[in-house]
Amino acid sequence: MRLRRIMRQLRWYAREITGEAEYERYCARHPGRPVPTRGEYERMRSRHRETHPHSRCC
Amino acid sequence: MPKTVQFRPKSVLLWSCISLIGAVGWGMVALARGEEISAVWLVLAALGSYAIAYRFYSRFIARKVLAVDDTRATPAERLEDGVDYHPTDRRVLFGHHFAAIAGAGPLVGPVLAAQMGYLPGTVWIIVGVIFAGAVQDMIVLFLSMRRDGKSLGQMAREEIGKVGGAAALIGVFAIMIILLAVLAMVVVNALAESPWGTFSVSMTLPIALFMGFYLRYLRPGRVVETSVIGVALLLLAILGGGWIQNSSMAEYFLWSPETLVFCLVGYGFFASVLPVWMLLAPRDYLSTFMKVGTIALMAVGVLIAAPTLKAEPVTEFASTGDGPVFAGSLFPFLFITIACGALSGFHALVSSGTTPKLIQKESQVRMIGYGSMLTESFVAVMALIAASVLEPGLFYAMNSPAALLGPTVDTASEAVKNLGFTITPDQLTDAARAVEEETLVGRTGGAPTLAVGMAEIFAAVLGGAGMKAFWYHFAIMFEALFILTTVDAGTRVGRFMLQDMLGNVWKPIGRVNWKPGIWITSALVVGAWGYFLYAGVTDPLGGIKQLFPLFGIANQLLAAVALAVTTTVLIKSGKLRWAWVTGVPLAWDVAVTFTAGWQKIFSDDPTIGFFALRDQYAQAIEDGKLLPGATNMDDMHTIVLNNTVDGVIMAVFLLLVLTVLVNCAVVCVRALRAPEPLPSAESPYVVSEIDLTAPEPAKELTGARE
Repeated sequence: MRLRRIMRQLRWYAREITGEAEYERYCARHPGRPVPTRGEYERMRSRHRETHPHSRCC
Repeated sequence: MPKTVQFRPKSVLLWSCISLIGAVGWGMVALARGEEISAVWLVLAALGSYAIAYRFYSRFIARKVLAVDDTRATPAERLEDGVDYHPTDRRVLFGHHFAAIAGAGPLVGPVLAAQMGYLPGTVWIIVGVIFAGAVQDMIVLFLSMRRDGKSLGQMAREEIGKVGGAAALIGVFAIMIILLAVLAMVVVNALAESPWGTFSVSMTLPIALFMGFYLRYLRPGRVVETSVIGVALLLLAILGGGWIQNSSMAEYFLWSPETLVFCLVGYGFFASVLPVWMLLAPRDYLSTFMKVGTIALMAVGVLIAAPTLKAEPVTEFASTGDGPVFAGSLFPFLFITIACGALSGFHALVSSGTTPKLIQKESQVRMIGYGSMLTESFVAVMALIAASVLEPGLFYAMNSPAALLGPTVDTASEAVKNLGFTITPDQLTDAARAVEEETLVGRTGGAPTLAVGMAEIFAAVLGGAGMKAFWYHFAIMFEALFILTTVDAGTRVGRFMLQDMLGNVWKPIGRVNWKPGIWITSALVVGAWGYFLYAGVTDPLGGIKQLFPLFGIANQLLAAVALAVTTTVLIKSGKLRWAWVTGVPLAWDVAVTFTAGWQKIFSDDPTIGFFALRDQYAQAIEDGKLLPGATNMDDMHTIVLNNTVDGVIMAVFLLLVLTVLVNCAVVCVRALRAPEPLPSAESPYVVSEIDLTAPEPAKELTGARE
């Protein structure tokens, strides 16, 4: 059981850090409105990233 | 209300133990004379110091200096839009922020600095991060958070003035160009004449493209799954490289440094104009996974293998200043060679970028700003360890410029002997064979040295000597992956800055969606760093030796800008009493960078001063003589040109930063004389509705809805 809990935590962390969990959050934030499909949402995200570059250090 | 001071016996005992462990570590490091010590002591000294600094100093800064207020809503809460602003779990944000600040920098600098022995480098990395680097990151993060996530440049403009703001902006752009050139040079030096490395690193391109298309069309948004596949393919590519190396196809991947320069420049251009989803985003995932995995592996490796340090604690180069890896004495040159890991101005850009828009609670700047930087510092300590476990003879044979070492293992062995260390030609051949490289002689840039050190440590834990070649190329791949990600992300950021600046002069170029504008500005940015890259790679005297100091000074000058802005804001907001927290590191940093910069420009010693070297070679050209390093007159002219350019760039950097400093000083004096506090750009107080004290299972935290 302990192992399963650790695995669940790891999965949660990996999904959060990669931004995989963002879609669900977005849908939950906009209830009632027609939600984009996963593909549409990802396209929207990458369009957004196109104009908002992140600095990375060395 | 902050709690009154309480001394709980358990906590006192715990912190006494931690202090004791740190003290024992430092004691062993400091007192060892004439015998080799275990790397574990360095690790203990570092971890003990970090723990104490985090527990006490960062808390002091958070409570007294910044007066963080968890009842105040952060921009993530006030402006939440689910895209740029949203409150993020602090552990997740820590990971994001760490991945954004840590790259190849903390791995390269400490390796080069091992020339002065492991002791000065270790002391600077640990003391520097505690009192300067982590402080800068945390306070910039806090100030940006209080201003809705404004960038360092915007804060400089609003809090200091137009002139200082413009100088800061141009400085940041110029520094970025040098940074990209030096990092790209590290990759070139690591891959040149190495079919294994070249193959496995070039395979990251098709792997990233595959991941990009997979994520876009087959499994949208399944990032974890895609990354796992990507990492598996990456490991296969490393194994495949070994196979290529020993096959008839090896010659197709045996590229000269010049060829690699053109490939990198081409790559940089296309990567920055292609859609983000195709190359940049998947690369980012790969590099984050590799980063976290390898750093964890390295920490475990050092602790299990417990290698002994073969390097001397302090070499004579620390006082004489004529080391072959970089010239100049300990002060100031050690402190600019190790930038990332101790104090890195570039972090101020990351800390005033996306991170401040995602913080849930003000007090979390401590863990995210201070904590991430401590972690990066730990990476730097491990890199220093990896370089120090090598035989010193091998270290100098790898890191001295080719001009000094000569073409063969015999000449290299002789050159190392002249430096006062020993390594036989056979040992050099064996060392290269163990990692399946043609040669290790003159493999400057830090990456190959780190890779040999890491291979040494990893092979001791896993796989034995037979796995050395795999681990070596694993380490090379890991660094190249970071750097290429920084190169394309950096080129993009540079392009946006350039579009922003040029947009003031000619409107269309500033439009972010106008394709020709994107191509022109990308080409300009790539051309700029490509020029320095090419000049560095073809520099007869060794590009790393010439350009790395420029990079280090530039990075530390950026830190001076960040620390000057933070000190000014502290004074403006009536916190003169605490201004020493950033003021002392600022004074130190200004002393280091301006001394180093001054020497680089005005020193009569040709090994240090750009113009002294230029004059020496120019004089020789007039006399029709060839000087060491040059094989023909063209080389002589190249050396003259490169040193002129480097010297001028150095002077421009110093003048830009001086402008910012003077402007800051004026604002500080004005603030101290004013009867009322000067206006600040801080966003007004809004009460926070997020309550983190209520017990919640991790699953329910932000964004964890399944």
